[in-house]
Amino acid sequence: MAANPAIETQNLSKIFGSGDGEVRALDDVSLVIGENEFFTLLGPSGCGKTTLLRLIAGFETATSGRLMLYGKDISDEPPYRRSINTVFQSYALFPHLTVAQNIAFGLEMLDRPKAEISRTVEEMLAMVRMEPMADRQTGEISGGQQQRVALARALAPHPKVLLLDEPLSALDLKLRKEMQRELKRLQVETGITFVFVTHDQEEALTMSDRIAVMNAGKPLQVGSPREIYDTPSNRFVAGFIGESNFLDAIISQANGERARLVMPGGTEVEAILPAHAPKSGAVTVAIRPEHIELLPESAPGTISGTVTETVYFGTDTHTHLQLENGETVVVRQPATREGQATREQGERVGIRFAEGAARVMDDTP
Amino acid sequence: MSVPGPTHEPLTDEARAQARQTRRSWLLSIPALALLIFAASGPLVIVLVYSFLTPGDYSGVKWEPTLDAWISILFSVDIFDGTLGLADAHLSIFWRSVSLSVLTTLITFLLGFPTAYFIATREASQRNMWLFLITIPFWTNLLIRTFAIMEVIRNNGLINTALMKLGLISEPIQILYTDTAVLIGMAYVYLPLMVLPLYAALERFDFRLVEAGYDLYANRWKVLRKVILPLVKPGIVAGSILVFMPSLGAYVTPRVLGGGKHMMIGSFIELQFGQGRNWPLGASLSMLLLLIVGIGLIFYVRTMSREKPHD
Repeated sequence: MAANPAIETQNLSKIFGSGDGEVRALDDVSLVIGENEFFTLLGPSGCGKTTLLRLIAGFETATSGRLMLYGKDISDEPPYRRSINTVFQSYALFPHLTVAQNIAFGLEMLDRPKAEISRTVEEMLAMVRMEPMADRQTGEISGGQQQRVALARALAPHPKVLLLDEPLSALDLKLRKEMQRELKRLQVETGITFVFVTHDQEEALTMSDRIAVMNAGKPLQVGSPREIYDTPSNRFVAGFIGESNFLDAIISQANGERARLVMPGGTEVEAILPAHAPKSGAVTVAIRPEHIELLPESAPGTISGTVTETVYFGTDTHTHLQLENGETVVVRQPATREGQATREQGERVGIRFAEGAARVMDDTP
Repeated sequence: MSVPGPTHEPLTDEARAQARQTRRSWLLSIPALALLIFAASGPLVIVLVYSFLTPGDYSGVKWEPTLDAWISILFSVDIFDGTLGLADAHLSIFWRSVSLSVLTTLITFLLGFPTAYFIATREASQRNMWLFLITIPFWTNLLIRTFAIMEVIRNNGLINTALMKLGLISEPIQILYTDTAVLIGMAYVYLPLMVLPLYAALERFDFRLVEAGYDLYANRWKVLRKVILPLVKPGIVAGSILVFMPSLGAYVTPRVLGGGKHMMIGSFIELQFGQGRNWPLGASLSMLLLLIVGIGLIFYVRTMSREKPHD
């Protein structure tokens, strides 16, 4: 994270409706987004990510809390006085204006000199590779091109912060991959702080400097893509980013960042114990499918279970197991040159966790 | 009915059926077309012909072709030296008609736009109720509604009585039988004709564009001017024409609320066919009115066709 915070939300809450119909869309959110950061708000629909984006843009006003832009309180500023621009999910290009006129719109509203406007429009058209389309109507260009015009229009006034509201969701897969790289390139090139909203974990992991995983109006974990993926701190994050198995366990001994757990069936395993996790009692332990080893049932220190299903994916094989207490576990084994001995349905096996891969979650079951 | 046999090509059969279908739908429209030709075009031709004839001695026309009626619209013959001068009285009636119609259009737009905007931004389920309320005035006869307005604005009517009771004025304000009265009446009568097309345009308007405008440093006024108005222009043009055209030819409202002194073209034409006994002048005035309205329509169609590629 850069030293200089661009956006800071202080205990921001947003409540829609009142009485019984009251919906708490944002619940006491305090986040710091650094200068030049590609910051992603990731979460399922209804998690409050879009509400937070609309609050930063100024389309909604917070029920309580403050919003700071470079240390200045902008909570009460209307959107047209915030040096923040948005790329809308629907693009919202002005249909009565040409591509070039759309890009010039913000600069014209700011009363910039004509020469500067036309120079910036040229630059923006070049940056998003839309020069040949400058005089087209927005209805005459493809979805991907509209997307690039929307980007150019939002970047033209050179805002301090650019907000992107699921801008790639309407594009097909190939175009989306292309635009992901393009967006990252633009962010590095312009040095503008990007706040990106998405529900697509892959999009978030590939583009972001930092990710805030949100659920039910709260950011649950904020960190780099690697931190979020490798060291998820709670059940929701571990399940939302990638796949995870969740198993019940009881802490038998906590020792700093390590804990010994008693798994159902009595097997003892070692797990990472993050700072905020409970230090004793019943807990949930998360383990990624690729971090589990399949062994014969008789192997020492394994948890035993029965194979219920084997699914072959080419690059890897997923084996679904049922443990003795009824919990289910998925094991992912990468394909090797020699090929994998597939487990038959009904076969009894033992599983073992890779060293340092099992993590105790913050939230108890 | 032809039965498809082995000798018939299926395509030919289909084409024949199509042609028969077209012929039949033409037949269906004949009664309406006949009525239109009989009731609209027929009288129009008669009016056009009359405008080039000489007034009859008591009323009606004499079959002596002349351009007198058309010339007398703009010019009057000086009774002393026989020279042509501008017909001031006619010109002032034209001027009053056009200026009152323009003002009516403007007032209905200023009142109608916020109304249409309000309705278009309600929840979809509520909009029909609001539109229904807009159409309520159409349930009552125009003449009755006009007399009702008279009741409100006359010297001992609602407004003046209330103002005098409140002690704000000592003498009634003369509203009735002025241009103001005509304006109030026409704005009231034609307001729905402005609201409905404006609503139709605003209802199709994508309000997310308003947010895009705010986001790009346009304040409320600039969003209205640079985003909303250009995109609802077809509705504005349609509403303006729907108000302007009938205002120009309005008869009942100016007659009742404007009294005899504040004449508009409608009453003036009526006068020619009645007391004036100058049918050709009435006919030529009617044709002129038709011409102005026609020009308005051409303007409308051209604006629309220029808008088309934007949709």
